[in-house]
Amino acid sequence: MKTKIQFTLNGKSVSREAPTHRLLLDLLRDEIGLTGTKEGCGTGDCGACTVMLNGKPVNSCLVLSGELDGADIVTIEGLKIGPELHPVQKTFLQDGGAQCGYCTPGMLMMSKALLDENPNPTEGDIRYALSGNLCRCTGYAKIIQAVQDAAAILRGSKAEDRR
Amino acid sequence: MKRTEPFDFYQPATLQEASRLLKEKGPGGRFLAGGTDLVIAMKEKGLLPNYIVDLKRVPGISGIRENPDGSISLGALTTMYEIETSPTIKKKFQFLAQSAAEVGSIQIRNRATIGGNMCNATPSADTAPALIALNATAKISGAAGERSISLEEFFRGPGQSVLSADEILTEIVIPKTPSGLVGEYIKFSPREMMDLAYVSVAVAFNFETQKKTCSGVRIVLGAVAPTPIRAKRAESTLEGQILSESLAEKAGNIAAEEAKPISDVRSSADYRRAMVGAMTKRALLNAAVGPAKSWVERRDRRY
Repeated sequence: MKTKIQFTLNGKSVSREAPTHRLLLDLLRDEIGLTGTKEGCGTGDCGACTVMLNGKPVNSCLVLSGELDGADIVTIEGLKIGPELHPVQKTFLQDGGAQCGYCTPGMLMMSKALLDENPNPTEGDIRYALSGNLCRCTGYAKIIQAVQDAAAILRGSKAEDRR
Repeated sequence: MKRTEPFDFYQPATLQEASRLLKEKGPGGRFLAGGTDLVIAMKEKGLLPNYIVDLKRVPGISGIRENPDGSISLGALTTMYEIETSPTIKKKFQFLAQSAAEVGSIQIRNRATIGGNMCNATPSADTAPALIALNATAKISGAAGERSISLEEFFRGPGQSVLSADEILTEIVIPKTPSGLVGEYIKFSPREMMDLAYVSVAVAFNFETQKKTCSGVRIVLGAVAPTPIRAKRAESTLEGQILSESLAEKAGNIAAEEAKPISDVRSSADYRRAMVGAMTKRALLNAAVGPAKSWVERRDRRY
């Protein structure tokens, strides 16, 4: 069964016919061509496929296309702010928060979601927020450092805005 | 990873329409809420629904509401993350917020719903023991009308509830609780996060802080029987008594006798039974001390 769905993807309106059983992950990668979002486990355990759905981080491997009419979706391709990388992207690069890179899109989306809610997270807060994102390379230490550094950048730019 | 097979997909705008769809289309249909159990069952366990009825377009069955009579309603489609972060729930029933926070990851909890956690009816469902400890009621809507049932009576076995095919759990109601109510939920699993409960215990009771007496005690055990169960003999041991470490230990030992665990890949029945004893004691004493401030404090604290 196919259905017509219209949704916002990285700020742009998208309208298409999609099979209702198509997973959001596959819709993004195979039909729309946004391959930044990765599939790890396919069962909601690893977080590699994390995207923002209506402002909240979710596993795109568990969302059916049939549910998407009217949705607002942001993927890793929509994370940059204009031409600039998002601070979490900059600090993951700078701090070595990415090694093989497979978990990185999910890590970045989840880190952004955390910093949107909590601009000054403790290490415990970061570990808690990223507990659904598995990384087999880094041992997490540099990822946590990168999130802390991104938080500092974001807090700094907020302070500048107020001046 | 396996992909889901095609199916018909409906998004009804009312509960009546949803129930009617199930009646008309017959067997093989499934209701969809957050999908964090259903979609995994379709991908991993070969579940092939003929059709799916998505409930997320039905208005009025989501969100947390304080009622004039002092009770609190949790719409069935309220997400775990909404419950975990709700100021109302955190203030009144910190241990219920905690139990919701024990489910999967934040990504999962942004999708998983409290109603889905009940209807999937796994014996290890994290929010069930806390809700039963709070004497919650399930509101159910079906083709034949509405009914209410105590949540304690809602579960029938692993994956089975009292719902008939066309019935929908719409709301969970927590009755007004006395101001001295304290509670605690402890989940045991080898991983701190992203794991199922091997054993879980929720307790709730009225605690007289001066006299240190407890009343209205409810102790609910998860993952140690085909459904969440109350440890009623352990409860009555505590009724009206002064809560001491030795009494809590005695209640724990009785609760361990009341558990009906199985041995499986996660742990042996004997181990689970011993853990019920230790965790019940700990839950009772922790509840009397009051809620932990953070998950780290909670993890590290011993009464």
